[in-house]
Amino acid sequence: MTKAAKTRTSEEISVGEIRATNELKRILKDAFQGFFPKEGPAPKVAWCTSVGPAELLIAMGFKVYYPENHGALLGATRLANEYMGAANALGYSPDICSYLTADVGAFLQHQTPLTKAYGIPGVPKPDVLVYNTNQCREVQDWFMFYARHFKVPAFGVISPNMVNELEPSQIDYCAAQLKDLSFALGKIAGATLDHDRLAEVVELSRQTSVLWGEFLDFGRHKPAPMTFFDGCIQMAPAVVLRGTKPAVDYYRLLNDELRAHVARNDAAVKGETVRLYWEGMPLWGKLRYFSETLGGMGANAVASTYCNSWVFDDFDAKDPFRSMARAYTEIFINRSEAKKEELMKAMLERFEIDGVIYHDAKTCPHNSNSRFGMPQRLSAATGIPHLVMNGDLCDLRCFSEEQTTTSLEAFVEQLKERN
Amino acid sequence: MADATHFAGIDLGSAFTKAVVITGDGEVVGRHVERTGISFETNADKVFDGALNEAGLTRAQVKAVGATGVGRRNCAFATVVKPEIGCFAKGVFFHQRGLCVVIDIGGQDNKIIRVTAQGQQDFFKMNRKCAAGTGAFLEEISFKLAVPQPEMNARASRATKVVSIGSYCTVFSATEIIHHIREGHDVDAIFRGVYESVVKRVLEMAPITDTAVLAGGAIATNPVLVDLFREKLKVPVVVPPSPQTLGALGAALYARDGAASDDTDA
Repeated sequence: MTKAAKTRTSEEISVGEIRATNELKRILKDAFQGFFPKEGPAPKVAWCTSVGPAELLIAMGFKVYYPENHGALLGATRLANEYMGAANALGYSPDICSYLTADVGAFLQHQTPLTKAYGIPGVPKPDVLVYNTNQCREVQDWFMFYARHFKVPAFGVISPNMVNELEPSQIDYCAAQLKDLSFALGKIAGATLDHDRLAEVVELSRQTSVLWGEFLDFGRHKPAPMTFFDGCIQMAPAVVLRGTKPAVDYYRLLNDELRAHVARNDAAVKGETVRLYWEGMPLWGKLRYFSETLGGMGANAVASTYCNSWVFDDFDAKDPFRSMARAYTEIFINRSEAKKEELMKAMLERFEIDGVIYHDAKTCPHNSNSRFGMPQRLSAATGIPHLVMNGDLCDLRCFSEEQTTTSLEAFVEQLKERN
Repeated sequence: MADATHFAGIDLGSAFTKAVVITGDGEVVGRHVERTGISFETNADKVFDGALNEAGLTRAQVKAVGATGVGRRNCAFATVVKPEIGCFAKGVFFHQRGLCVVIDIGGQDNKIIRVTAQGQQDFFKMNRKCAAGTGAFLEEISFKLAVPQPEMNARASRATKVVSIGSYCTVFSATEIIHHIREGHDVDAIFRGVYESVVKRVLEMAPITDTAVLAGGAIATNPVLVDLFREKLKVPVVVPPSPQTLGALGAALYARDGAASDDTDA
């Protein structure tokens, strides 16, 4: 008898880290240190939801901070479970968004991984909080917690939800809210909105979005030069530096590198034989686990709904308010079930997907699309098998690595037998 | 190695470790089961040797060994490592040719696996991260009430009524049972309700529209579950020989067929 071969190491699986990531770290450090300038006056700070009206805030001179990014960082550093209990004790249930409970819990305990990552003393204090309910209602309660604590105003854009085809009246409704918001923000910024500056910022967001979409499209290549898990790291500028030049410059650099990989047929997963689609949130504390477990079996998650959620097709510098309204209202998470299925089908075809992994995130029902029969309907319509996996974005108590490994191995084996 | 004509499969489950030794034709000539306890490695050796002993063979007469189950990577002498879902599908297909749905009730996992007429697994679903409806649930209730599982099974079998258990959670199910006992409900009917809750949890996982094949340790030790599945399902219900060792059989068949491990370059 000869022993079974050992599991492949990460070096054997992957082409290695994306070199541009060093530049990513630099621009993120610059951005976060910008909240605490060594010289000159401190900037006015606005906290904003990740798919909130950042362009408007930037154009009005605010430096924008994103609590969701902080939640993801708490998840990725596996600190979330240490902090969320403090928020639970205040009445924020363990069943609600674990970004919220991890972020609020860390705040209550005066802790943040931003200090270690970027050398800043803490989260920057807000002058104003701005949210958009296009992703979920939790953001409103999350921001209201801080509004009460800091005694600063919180403004919300209340989006129509479960949108099928976006109607002009819905765009008008959201655009009007954004215009009203600009007047309210003007009082805090101490200045009126410079429309030319807004057009400039919207154009930078458009360029960022186009380049980010181009990066994700490299996943169409066989073999794909990157994975969904790379995307989870590389998406940071699309989320937190949208509307700024460093984001545009970074994605140009990144895409040049990826283009070279594609030209050389470099595979992010050596021997890619199974192409997966990831539906739902990442499990931030388990990116490496998933990357290595799937990669070790020759399976690559080449595309996802999550990373594509920051590809906005509609930014238009000639019509900033309406284009922002459209871009932010038509995001995947805010669509009707029928529209989501239509969008998913197109993605499965576009990326030539063999199987779909649905992450049912315990504390994120809005971004868990496996709870109303969609996996079963899409598998029946496309013939593409699916796997529903239980977990969470931050709360690792909701995740069983052993059970998940068994499921992933069985799923990939099933797909290999079909191919 | 010239005399190595047999194959073995080891299923290192969360509750029990199982081994089978088979001939080249797949005939089981040795079988052994032990509680898993705290050492997968020691138990793998123990069940392997136990099965070999029953077969009257030595390790040198075994050409290849497949390992499966939660501890599959802790089996030092395995030549093939496979997840248990594929192994159950393969073990069941050996006995049951034709389209079927495997219902495996194990120590910590429940699985529903659809097997095609050609023996391929084409769909599966596992339970959530929750013990309700698994073998661990039955063990917990048995322990809490200090009634051994064979007695629970016998009492549930003779019950003429059912007291439904509604809780999702294993711990709160036990609390609910104690409440029913306190209220003076017939204990046999409560035990039947316990087994019914297992069947309900499983049937909630996916529709069972083809012949159901029951597998796993809970099926082997609690025949009342078979009766209840027959009562609830509208499809034929089949129990293959030794349902507890079907995963080990599948692993042995993979070893025999010269399969490569899923997680390796081999």
